[in-house]
Amino acid sequence: MSMPLEELNYIGLSEIPAMENSEKLASKGLNLKATELRLGLPGSESPERDNGLGVLKGFTSGAKRGFSDTINGDSGKWVFTGNGGSEVDLGKNGALFSPRSVNGSGSECTSLKEVVPLSPKAVHEKKPQISAVNGHGVAPAAKAQVVGWPPIRSFRKNSMAVNPPKSDEDAKLGSGCLYVKVSMDGAPYLRKVDLKTYSSYMELSSALEKMFSCFTIGQCGAHGVPLRDGMSESRLMDLLHGSEYVLTYEDKDDDWMLVGDVPWEMFTVSCKRMRIMKSSDAIGL
Amino acid sequence: MAKSFPEEVLEHVFSFITSDSDRNAVSLVCKSWYEIERWCRKRVFVGNCYAVSPRILTRRFPEVRSVEIKGKPHFADFNLVPEGWGGCVYPWISAMAGAYPWLEEIRLKRMVVSDEALELISTSFCNFKVLVLSSCEGFSTDGLASIAANCRKLRELDLRESEVDDLSGHWLSHFPDTWTSLVSLNIACLGSEVSFSALERLVARSPNLRTLRLNRAVSLEKLHNLLCRAPQLVEFGTGAYSSELRPDVFSNLAGAFSGCKQLKGLSGFWDLVPAYLPAIYLTCSGLTSLNLSYATIQSPDLVKLVSQCRNLQRLWVLDYIEDIGLDALAASCKDLQELRVFPSDPYVVDPNVSLTERGLVAVSEGCPKLQSVLYFCRQMSNAALVAIARNRPNLVCFRLCIIEPRAPDYLTLEPLDAGFGAIVEHCKELRRLSLSGLLTDRVFEYIGTRGRKLEMLSIAFAGDSDLGLHHVLSGCESLRKLEIRDCPFGDKALLANAAKLETMRSLWMSSCSVSFGACKLLGQKLPRLNVEVIDERGSPYSRPESCLVEKLYIYRTVAGPRIDMPPFVWTIDEDAALR
Repeated sequence: MSMPLEELNYIGLSEIPAMENSEKLASKGLNLKATELRLGLPGSESPERDNGLGVLKGFTSGAKRGFSDTINGDSGKWVFTGNGGSEVDLGKNGALFSPRSVNGSGSECTSLKEVVPLSPKAVHEKKPQISAVNGHGVAPAAKAQVVGWPPIRSFRKNSMAVNPPKSDEDAKLGSGCLYVKVSMDGAPYLRKVDLKTYSSYMELSSALEKMFSCFTIGQCGAHGVPLRDGMSESRLMDLLHGSEYVLTYEDKDDDWMLVGDVPWEMFTVSCKRMRIMKSSDAIGL
Repeated sequence: MAKSFPEEVLEHVFSFITSDSDRNAVSLVCKSWYEIERWCRKRVFVGNCYAVSPRILTRRFPEVRSVEIKGKPHFADFNLVPEGWGGCVYPWISAMAGAYPWLEEIRLKRMVVSDEALELISTSFCNFKVLVLSSCEGFSTDGLASIAANCRKLRELDLRESEVDDLSGHWLSHFPDTWTSLVSLNIACLGSEVSFSALERLVARSPNLRTLRLNRAVSLEKLHNLLCRAPQLVEFGTGAYSSELRPDVFSNLAGAFSGCKQLKGLSGFWDLVPAYLPAIYLTCSGLTSLNLSYATIQSPDLVKLVSQCRNLQRLWVLDYIEDIGLDALAASCKDLQELRVFPSDPYVVDPNVSLTERGLVAVSEGCPKLQSVLYFCRQMSNAALVAIARNRPNLVCFRLCIIEPRAPDYLTLEPLDAGFGAIVEHCKELRRLSLSGLLTDRVFEYIGTRGRKLEMLSIAFAGDSDLGLHHVLSGCESLRKLEIRDCPFGDKALLANAAKLETMRSLWMSSCSVSFGACKLLGQKLPRLNVEVIDERGSPYSRPESCLVEKLYIYRTVAGPRIDMPPFVWTIDEDAALR
């Protein structure tokens, strides 16, 4: 099933080198300039339920919240990673999107997938493919997937997606602190923060700014915006939107995600490390 | 000369006939029975909302109190039906608002329900008691607030697995303090937190509350407050079942659970922390239904739990249970009737857990009452399927999903035709079957000839040619619903068996080999079928007729072609005009 495509295309990270990748893209006539950046809840609504009209719908399962008031149809912005890294080694490139790790050991993407429909014969291709995405911030997998297979309902898929892997979690629960490394592009050394000492994105953001203020050139403006917890995720993005830096984190599935999309508690449980990335690293800006 | 009974007597007799098919049969006996029956039918089931129109319904049955309507085809659950396809309930509500002021129950499945529809429901039916929205979408918590505020006699609100635009949790507070008739509440699909104190007060003033399914946002520490206020609960769904390990939380919880002496069913258990499982141990011996399909705990913990549930009839669980856990299940739960094993990590090719065909074979051996199976696994063999078929000839529903499409028998590398053939041969009461793995046309021959009671068949990545489809359509006397994806089935089989399609509720085919020309032919020749071509590449009229259609949905109808089609759906009518 081909989804009605917005003028948005997504470059799936693949094994082929970056040059080939972009050539391949160019030959497919993908218009990167048209790739707009969006801030959206990855999987904030089932992408497969996209009605192609750019209307966001709310989302039910897990503890995710809708973003309908912050996102304005398809005029939102993606925050893009670097050169669309040639390797799928996410640690090195800090790639934002979450292609499945090529050896297949990656567990399910935390966001819902959208794929180019395959011919009836096509099955689980081992070769990663370029996937098209709808306008709603879905990070597809590097390994091509068949739509609707295996036959699992969206509600279940979404519930499982926000489930942190069980084994590590039991150890974490009840422990007093949750230290994660924070790196910043251009900074000579990393810092560590204890996520348990914060109760919201707002607090984390302020703390990080204080920690890294010596390295930043410009500061975020508009700190005085009061945040209600339900809205803090999106407001944080509004804050960072004004700066030249973007805050990202690596989650339990080794995927690099935009900070602020999921409820705070879910973030603390799934965040392994963070990276403050230059916005200018993003293509298309 | 025979004197017929007075109408009142017949009506009284008919009141004992409740099943829809019996009622339908009664109405066919003669004109007067038709008239009497239609005036006293209280409950109507519409299996396909486009098979009949609201007007036809309300004209024929003027005294309906309870309505159940289904919308989108089943494959919509797996995102094969594009958004906007249809299934909107508003026209139904609008028609019933006028015709059935005494309507009490509405049950909808896979329909698009807007907030306006919910509001209309809440204001149109003064005796409204039951609202069940199963896998529905299109509404927000604002719509729920209308229901809460206006339905003074509401007893049941069940949102099972619907997709709700969750604006806030405030809607629950719209239930007035004077409202005490709640019997069943299921909000498990909602994301945002409802006010806990509102929930508490609600539970406290609902002495008839039997079913309460909370959403993930309700924290574990607070559960005991609710359970203590509702010791009469029969079905309970927890929220997130995790918390820091605190003895006071544990003892409160265990105490509260032990107070619920009538508890028969448990569900929820998101983020389950094994340390808190013992809190429910005291309830285990009474449990008949357990849904652990969101609990990501390992086999040893599952085994400990399940071995205590001697009266279990239904178990939904993740494949973390593994073969070893299913062995324990087979040993402990001799009353088991339904088993569903869901995949914990369906998108990786290599198995992440040790769950194979052996587990299912063990359960089929050990559980004599097993009738319904849904099983996701990564390997299967003909030998295992034959064993299962021989062990469990009483199977009624068998749905097997081998995760890799076209996977052969892993021992012999042969197709699984023989295995599924054995299933349909031995399980003579089989009503529902879902196939997977490597299958040739031969398995369809078995199904066509032996699947005499089969009502619903799901096929994916199977078959070699039209012959496969032909076997099914020319056999399977009881077939009502057929759904097919990614199979090489095409025009010949469809056209040869066109008449069969009028005896079925619906046929879905996607990514198969049906040409537009064949669709046109079907639509022209069979006016009582709606032949819908779903194609997002643009109008099929702009391409040669031999081009294959993306998706095809054919259903019988007395309502004619529908008028609410989105731009990517084309229907063929007698003059094959573009609609």
